[in-house]
Amino acid sequence: MNPGKTARNQSRTAILNRLREGRGDQAMTVPASDFAVVRDRNWTPAERLDRFEARISSVNGEVHRVAREQWIDTLYALMKAKGLENLLVSEDVEHGRELRRLWPWEAPALLGYEQPIEHWKPAMFNNVAAALTGCLGAIAETGSLMLWPTPQEPRLMSLVPPVHFVLLAADCVYDTFHQAMAEQQWAQQGMPTNALLISGPSKTADIEQTLAYGVHGPRELVVLILE
Amino acid sequence: MSTDTAHSDVQQFHPRVRSALENPQIRSNFRSAMDGLMGKRQAAFEDWELETLRDLGAAVRLRALSRLPELLVQLETNCQLQGIRVHWAETGDQACEIIRDICKARDARRVIKGKSMVSEEMELNHFLEAEGIEALESDLGEYIVQLAEETPSHIIMPAIHKNTDEISDLMHEKTGTERSRDVGYLTASARQQLRDKFMQADVGISGVNFAVAETGTLCLVENEGNGRLTTTVPPCHIAVTGIEKVVEHLEDVAPLLALLTRSATGQHITTYFNMISGPRKADEKDGPEEVHLVLVDSGRSSIYQDQELLDTLRCIRCGACMNHCPVYARVGGHAYGTTYPGPIGKILMPHLLGLENTRDLPSASTLCGACGEVCPVRIPIPKLLQRLRKESVDGDRLRPSVVPGHGVKRTLKEQASWNGYRWLASDPGRYRLAGWMMTRFRALTPRNVGPWTRYRTAPRPAAKTLHQLMAARRREEQS
Repeated sequence: MNPGKTARNQSRTAILNRLREGRGDQAMTVPASDFAVVRDRNWTPAERLDRFEARISSVNGEVHRVAREQWIDTLYALMKAKGLENLLVSEDVEHGRELRRLWPWEAPALLGYEQPIEHWKPAMFNNVAAALTGCLGAIAETGSLMLWPTPQEPRLMSLVPPVHFVLLAADCVYDTFHQAMAEQQWAQQGMPTNALLISGPSKTADIEQTLAYGVHGPRELVVLILE
Repeated sequence: MSTDTAHSDVQQFHPRVRSALENPQIRSNFRSAMDGLMGKRQAAFEDWELETLRDLGAAVRLRALSRLPELLVQLETNCQLQGIRVHWAETGDQACEIIRDICKARDARRVIKGKSMVSEEMELNHFLEAEGIEALESDLGEYIVQLAEETPSHIIMPAIHKNTDEISDLMHEKTGTERSRDVGYLTASARQQLRDKFMQADVGISGVNFAVAETGTLCLVENEGNGRLTTTVPPCHIAVTGIEKVVEHLEDVAPLLALLTRSATGQHITTYFNMISGPRKADEKDGPEEVHLVLVDSGRSSIYQDQELLDTLRCIRCGACMNHCPVYARVGGHAYGTTYPGPIGKILMPHLLGLENTRDLPSASTLCGACGEVCPVRIPIPKLLQRLRKESVDGDRLRPSVVPGHGVKRTLKEQASWNGYRWLASDPGRYRLAGWMMTRFRALTPRNVGPWTRYRTAPRPAAKTLHQLMAARRREEQS
């Protein structure tokens, strides 16, 4: 057997034994965990939306409330205004199909995430101007979007392109993170490969506490709230 | 290994403190940063029942510690079910070797790193470099510190000791960027320099903020996106964490996240909260094909042996204790010479390096209590500082000490003095005699009593004892 491997199994046993011995026969008394303080908000749907918008705007997130049948026009106008040449958008999700069906314009071009990233890494890093994804909902308290990347909308879509557009259904906003996890039963159904809360564009304050946006991730996060 | 230098650094605590205090640049950099962070934290908790939230944070961490061995096994099982390979390391060196072996097995030469204090603690970068593996930090602060060939001076803001001009000069010298006071330009330059590195990296190494036993999930808190790139772009991701970072349930993360970001930088939440529960699945188009979790003990299970010191392990590494510490704000992070500076460092590092190497740390505190008041998980830091002071002179005979190097400050002279005092003070006759002698020979007390008299005059016994004064007063009242 591999000697390194044996040594590491010994480490596991040694660590666990020390921990079990350390506790001895004294049970630690632990106060009950009352989650009310991170759970109970009871905001109305309008309050939730307002709070979400205020919070995410305060960290440079851009929010547009649009009627459901208008979002493609809004997206087009925004892309034109920002001078974006192309948009990475899935072909296998509802909003991706809708967009492709109703996108009459030559430019900006629509790109698909067709290949595993190994086949087009430089192009993804250098040539994609923006990406559009859906999300699982949002959190009002912190102004956060919840994303569970999928084979159709992979992880790097919300990370590498400089601009990230997100579609959010207005009735999918939760008061708190705790409430969202509980209602969507995250722990019960098991977690995906990657789950994310995204609250604004990428930022840093590592140089003398001066805030700068767009350090490694997108420099712009644009949320289209579909009402 | 280079930990020897780390030890000698710690032992140079007083000279370092003096040179930091004489450096106005360091003092003003820290003063303004700490003032800003304290204000932001306070504003972020404005709408909150903060004390209730801290109770919950403490309860969640205590519950996790009370079941630590079981939760570690549960975490391991769930991670493995989801395809994450789990490794256990008793020491930092062992953890470094595990990571090296993973890199070697993949023929990896280039490693990109997200911020990880545990990897600083085990000096992973030096270790990998000695093995011919390039380890590049990608968090902007860590990147700056690495360019300067320094260590982080703060656990959340590694480059807080430098101002914009210093960083501009450093980047100009090391990477050829223009000198500029424009933080946007400096940030964009760093982004550009690191983009290729992300694409080329063979392995990404990150820390972990919370490891959820119930779901086998590794949680990372960050603003820049470098943590997400590190854990998504390279074909292999290695997460390294101290064994104490485990929590029981997914819902436990909610209060800890709420406390962590507000306590650390006064943000309601960071830009990214990244939850990783496995490697790329067959139908997924990105993400690493291999994910490893390295669980590092490195002294933590010894801390666990002591019911009181165990509270040290509650820490969620927010840095609020250093932001509020009057000592840290004046001397800065590097004066400590330890991976973790400030109050949390003073109660943690003695366990990791031994009191013989950290003898000055527990007493480098005014015991003002600010650290304990702001700690989001209610670690009684001042009480633990006092306990470690006792440990360093073997002052606690009630339990066998688990602190390496305990008793290091115990001296025969001090011990003899206390024994003599006990003998004198435990008999009224001897006590009176000794008191009387003190009043007679008070002129003979030494002028110079070590560090005490460096900034103060020497204490001198009074001309009359309390007994004499009381007797005199009684006589006056009667007459």
